[in-house]
Order: sequence, then structure tokens, then C-alpha cells
Amino acid sequence: MALIRLQINNKAYEPDVDADTPLLWVLRDHLGLVGTKYGCGIAQCGACTVHVNGEAARSCILPVGSLENTKITTIEGLSENGDHPVQEAWDEVDVAQCGYCQAGQIMQAVALLNQNPDPTEEEITSAMTGNICRCGTYHRIREAVQVAAKKY
Amino acid sequence: MQTREQNSRRNFMKLAASVGGGLFLGFNWADQSVSPTVVDVLELTNGSVDFNSFLSIAPDGVITIYSPNPEIGQGIKTAFPIVVAEELDADWEQVKVLQAPLDTSRFERQVAGGSGSIPHSWERLRKAGASARYLLVAAAASQWKVPVSECTTEKGKVFHKSSGKSAAYGELADAASKQALPAEVKLKSEKDFTLIGQSVRNVDNQGIITGKPLFGLDVYREGMLFAVIQRPRAFGLKVKSVDATAAKNMQGIVDVVTFGNKVAVIGKSTWQVQKAREKLVIEYEKDGALESSSDHDRIFRELLNSSDTTVRRQDGDVASAFKNAAKVITAEYQCPFLAHSPLEPMNFFAHVREDGVELVGPTQRPEGARADVAKILGIAPEKITVELTRMGGGFGRRLSSDFVVEAAEVSRLAKAPVKVIWTREDDMQGGSYRPAVRYRFEAALDKSGNMIGYKLRGVGINAGNSTRENNFPSGAVPNLLIDSAEHKSPITTGPWRAPITNFLAYAEQAFLDEVAEAAGKDPIQFRLEMLEKAKTSPVGDIKYDIDRMIAVTRLAAEKSNWGKKKGVHQGFSVYYSHLSYVAQVGEVVIENGKPVLKNIVAAVDCGIVINKSGALQQTMGGMVDGMGHAFYGNLTFNEGATDQQNFDKFRLIRMNEIPEIEVHFVDNGISPTGLGEPALPPTGAAVANAFYKATKKRFRNQPFVQDEAYKGLS
Repeated sequence: MALIRLQINNKAYEPDVDADTPLLWVLRDHLGLVGTKYGCGIAQCGACTVHVNGEAARSCILPVGSLENTKITTIEGLSENGDHPVQEAWDEVDVAQCGYCQAGQIMQAVALLNQNPDPTEEEITSAMTGNICRCGTYHRIREAVQVAAKKY
Repeated sequence: MQTREQNSRRNFMKLAASVGGGLFLGFNWADQSVSPTVVDVLELTNGSVDFNSFLSIAPDGVITIYSPNPEIGQGIKTAFPIVVAEELDADWEQVKVLQAPLDTSRFERQVAGGSGSIPHSWERLRKAGASARYLLVAAAASQWKVPVSECTTEKGKVFHKSSGKSAAYGELADAASKQALPAEVKLKSEKDFTLIGQSVRNVDNQGIITGKPLFGLDVYREGMLFAVIQRPRAFGLKVKSVDATAAKNMQGIVDVVTFGNKVAVIGKSTWQVQKAREKLVIEYEKDGALESSSDHDRIFRELLNSSDTTVRRQDGDVASAFKNAAKVITAEYQCPFLAHSPLEPMNFFAHVREDGVELVGPTQRPEGARADVAKILGIAPEKITVELTRMGGGFGRRLSSDFVVEAAEVSRLAKAPVKVIWTREDDMQGGSYRPAVRYRFEAALDKSGNMIGYKLRGVGINAGNSTRENNFPSGAVPNLLIDSAEHKSPITTGPWRAPITNFLAYAEQAFLDEVAEAAGKDPIQFRLEMLEKAKTSPVGDIKYDIDRMIAVTRLAAEKSNWGKKKGVHQGFSVYYSHLSYVAQVGEVVIENGKPVLKNIVAAVDCGIVINKSGALQQTMGGMVDGMGHAFYGNLTFNEGATDQQNFDKFRLIRMNEIPEIEVHFVDNGISPTGLGEPALPPTGAAVANAFYKATKKRFRNQPFVQDEAYKGLS
């Protein structure tokens, strides 16, 4: 175990964990940031999506030891009051059913819109296809990304 | 560490007391004959009155409703209060909802399964809301000295139009609590609904989109340990010996315990226990048949030809009908095992103490889980509390309580509060699957293309009765035989969203398409003729409503412009399940020489739609689910072990694979029924029949992508 220096949501953390611990479990078990979800552990479902230096990344396969000197953003750090345009769109379109995958979906959508504020439907689908929603809310996810894009 | 907000009954009482006045209405889910009653806050907090649910209106106008049913993503936590608020004429913005913990003495049906919550509670919820409204109006009328009949309510206020007086519910709450309730309160007429039928957003949206700890996996308690459990890799194996030396020496590991065929690694973090588990050295020995999918194939063939079956329904003289038939159509359909794959894997928190047991987590059936834990621990159920978290999906998996019992066992052995977590691999290998089934259908047609005989044999692996013998087309065929047989296997199965009908509907509705074609009839016309026959000359018991089935069929035909769209190949399917009726039309077009599923039109009769947004979600989600598993879902076995362990091999539908979906609700004013399941069963056949229309290829095996008929199409 060692102290690992992380910068998450503009705050410094020094969790005492093994360097091979995936960021996901450090966030959840050690830092109390439980909005990032576990779904598969092999980067197949996207429930654990966070931003590393602004890019969407699957935190379940990212050893924390590799993340020093990076900027990490989780769902908790996306906005102060849950009012990021993508979060607002998710509420407006009433996307969630069980809601478990939605933090990961939102992080994926934000990463897309930050790079491409006016995506076509195909570009949205292509960016979001790595994120599984077992409840099948895909139609509304797509719609919410379109709604959010209007405010970007 | 973060601690979840606890919505315990005790906390509700505390909340009630802190409001300082207002109106408290207790009402009873267990007994419809008991009227809602005003209760005193003091009596509430000292426990001298006992109701199974509450509605409170605080002086500041906030209305709190206690929702007893587990929230699994079906939207019940939003739908319940909508019904109460409608009759109350509440301002929806001021309604708060609390999730109740398990309390069997107070809640009669605290289950999320079978799409049954709404039909169960509809009348009772309305009565509660109407009673509160009555009291508020009576209080206002008495203050203003005007007749009750001259007062109206809207958006959380009482009005007396001719004098121009008005008062908010919060202001009237105290006085309302001193009014008397009549034996009967008048319920609204359906045409006066203002909230029911509108789109209301999920009451938990804010927590979901900001990543708040809502789910079972988000439960963290002071001093809590983490555990993963190694279960036998194959069904049919048992533990022979365990060497945990290496695992115990790993960092962060507190203990390794063996119970039954399970070995739990207990430690200080999820990652540490996962890593240590890999160091376990476990020897297994055979404890039952180690079955492979090839064995199941053989078993199905034997069962389909077996003379030892259970007859489920028999009408008329089937043998003569087939002997005299002008044409006989026979086909076999099959569906594989499926994992439920809720995105939140199984998990549960348990703290077994000397004086009682605390359970916290996601379960669709809290009462059953508590009973099972009580049994294994040998204690009275009253000593166990169950607190419900939101569930990251269930699809039936969380109706079983194996994962709750395990958590209690591990906590007892570890003498500590423990959260047991299943990895995705554990979840996929761990059983309680949708059973695999195969069906043989036979239909006898007379010279005019009328179905005079129908035979269905369902065979399954731990599937129980794999038929629904009283569903359509039973009642519409004079000579009919439905029987079933099952193979008992070590592979555990359980209910999976729309149990049995999730595959039976596909097989039956695709077969009826084959029969309609053989009869030279339009598939919809063919079904309508049969339904007319069931109406005019019913055969035996008919357990579905023929008129409602006809109505959804007609609505789907109308909305899809059936048979009239140029270049669009349509396939039809209709099914009755869980008290609701759903008809669907799949639409395939040929693009670049390949068939592409473009759209599915659904006509839904679930009675009155309570929350339009929620109803659309359940319908569309159910259809995506039905289509996804029909196309891709496949769990196979080799020597008792699943070939698939995670989403890399067990394929779930993704955004790039969904068609457009168009939903239409029947407006018939009938009391509402649930929607968690009914939209799923018809989808497989609507899609398969549309592909057939486009390509003349008939998909008789799920998953479609592995069916011989599908190959070369994509």
C-alpha cells in the first residue's frame, strides 16, 4: 500500500491503497464517491465512466497508480447543484428507469458534447454505444443528448 | 464514509413529530373495508396507533406519502403518489415520497414482480387521497361558514368562488385533522383527472443524475467489511477441500469462511477481497449431473417425444381433428437460458448481532428474503429488519433471496457487519436463470383454412409448466391439447421478466403467423376471425378479455397502417400477460439488399395510464429488452459451467441496435394494470414475423443471430 496522489473534482486526495486498485473501487470504497457504478469490471458496460483529463474513461480498469498528475472528474464533480446542461436534460427527458447506469451515460454524453457540441444522431449513437442500459432507455438517452446539445 | 439516508418508519415518525401539527391520515393497504382515518401526531409517535401507510399534510403545505413497494425501475415510487395526489387535488410540486422499509404487518403486498402493484392498490390510493381532500374542504367550509358543496379544490388549495375566498392545504391542515370523515368519500370521475395520464418525471431523478447513494451497492456503514463468495464454477459440483492459506495472507483480508459449498473472502475493501479470492485453492467433487448444452438438446428431443407429460388443457377431440384435417402445420421453437443481468449485480448488507439482524439492500421480495434468513439463522422473523434500497434493475433476479441469505450467513460467521458483493462473473455464473425451453406446435386446418385442431407441447429445464394453457388461442379452437414436461437439472432457474410468456409469446405468435400463411389468410385477419369465434362459440374456460384483445389488435393495425406501407414488411404479434394487452407490428425494410428492422408500433391496453412518461418507459424498455434478448441473449453450458461470464460474451442490446418505437395506449377508462412486463412478450414475434415477411426466413430459435435462418441476412 502507498499513498497515491489524486486530483478528483478539483480536490486533492491521497488514498492509501495498492497502486493496482482500479480507480472505481478507490472512488467508492475509499473516497465515498459512490455515483460511479460497478457493472462489469471489464470495460464493457460503461457504468463506471468518469473523465480523465476531459476524456471519457472506464474507471473499472484504470489502476490508480497510473493516474497521478491527471485531472479526474466524476458525476459528483460535474456541477455544484446537478444543473449541468446534460444533467438537466436527463431530468427534463425523464431518462432513468432503474437509474443505475445513468451516471455513466451522463459522463459519456458530457465527454461527447465537450468535444462535439452539435453531434448528429449517428455521432450520438456511435459515442453512446459502449454504454449499456439494461432497462433499455436508449431512445431517451439519445433524445436527452440532443436536448443538452441545444444548450451547449 | 457515506451513510445512506434512512427512511425507516422511526424516522418517518420523527419527521411527523417535527412538523408540528398538520393533518395525518392513516390508511390501510391490507384491508380495503377499513376507511382512512385521521390520526393524532402524539399517538403516531408513541406508537399507539398502527396504520400501514400515511399521508401527511404539513402546515407549510408539504405533502408526504409513504410508498411501500420496492422500486426496481418500474416507476412505482412515482406512480403511487400520483394516484393519491390526483384525488387530493394536490400541487404535485409539493408532494414528497418516502420509501418504506419492510413491514409485513402494515403492507400487504410489498413485492415488485408480476406487474401487480398498481392493480392491487389503485382503489385504496384513490380513497386515501379523496379522504384527505374531503377533510380539507370540510375545514374550509366550516371556517368560511359556507356549504361544502360550494367549495372546489385545485393545485393544493380550497376555493369558494362566489366569495372569492381561498386557502392553501397547509393552512387548513390543522383544522382538517379535527373534521370527521364519512363512511364513504366520493371519488373523482375519470374525465376530471388532471394529473393521472400526464407525464410526471421520476421522483428520484435528482438523486440519480447527481450520483447520490441510492442503491444497495452504495450502502457503506461504519466498521463494515466487504466479502466476495466463491461458488462452485459448475452446477453439479460440491466443495471437497479448501486451502485458504494464500488468500488469508493477502493484504486487507480479515477472514475466509466456508459454509456449504461456498467460500467467502472477507476483508477491508472490495478490490482486496476480489484479489484474494483468486488465491483460493478449492477442490471440487461431483454432486450431480454436469450438463452441457448438447445434453439439453438431447433431453429436449426426448421430452418432446415422451409419453409422460402433464396435460394442462384438453378441449374436444384432437385426434379426430388432425385425422380429418385438410392441412397440418408443425413447427418447433426454442429459447436458451438467460441471465437476468441487472446492471447492479447482486449484493446485500447484513449485520447479524446477538439481539437481532439488520438487512439492507435491493430485493424485489423483502418478506420472502426475511423469512429465508430467519429460517437459516434459526431466529424469529420479527428480530430481523429489512431496509429497502433502490434497485439497479431486477428483471426477476431479485425475487430470489439466495444473495440475502448468503450475506446473513457471512455476517454471522464473521461476527461483523458485512456487504456481500457479486462480481458480474459471479452474477452470470450464479444461477436463477430464465429456463431454457423448446416447444412443438401442431395446427390442423380444414379446407376453408379454419383452425380446427391445435396442439402445444412445452418442454423445459426447470421450467415448471412452460405453457399458459388458458391464454389465447385456447377458447378459440374446438379441439386443443396443451401439455408439458420438464427436466430437473442442477442448473438453477427462476422467474425472469414476464416468466414463461417472455418466450412462449414469441413461439406462439410466430407459429400462428405460419398457420395464417398456410391458411392463406392475412395474419391479423386470421387472429381476428379466431377471436370472433371465441366470442360467438367459446370453447372451455376463457381467461382473457376477448374484446380488449380485439381492440389492441385493431389499434395496432390502424396505427401501423397495416399492409399499406410501400416497401415496408410488417409482422404482427399480440399477447395478453399480467392483466394487460399488447399488440405490436414490426417493420422491416430492405436496405442495400439487407433486411433492417426500422420500427415497431405498439398498441397497449393497461387500462387507465397513470403516468404517461412512466408508461412509455416501461413499454419501450420492455420492447427493447424483448428484442435484445430475442436477437442476442444466449447462455450456454459446458460440463455444468456457463460458457459466458461477462458482457464480452453475453451480448446485451446497445443503442446502435434499437429500432424506432411508436407507442399508442388504448383509452378505455378501465382500472389500471401493471406495465413492468406486458410489453416484452409480443416483441420477439413481431420482429421475427416482419423478417419473415421481408425474407421468407423463419426464425424459430433464439437468439436469432445464431439461428440458421438468420445467417446471411445481416
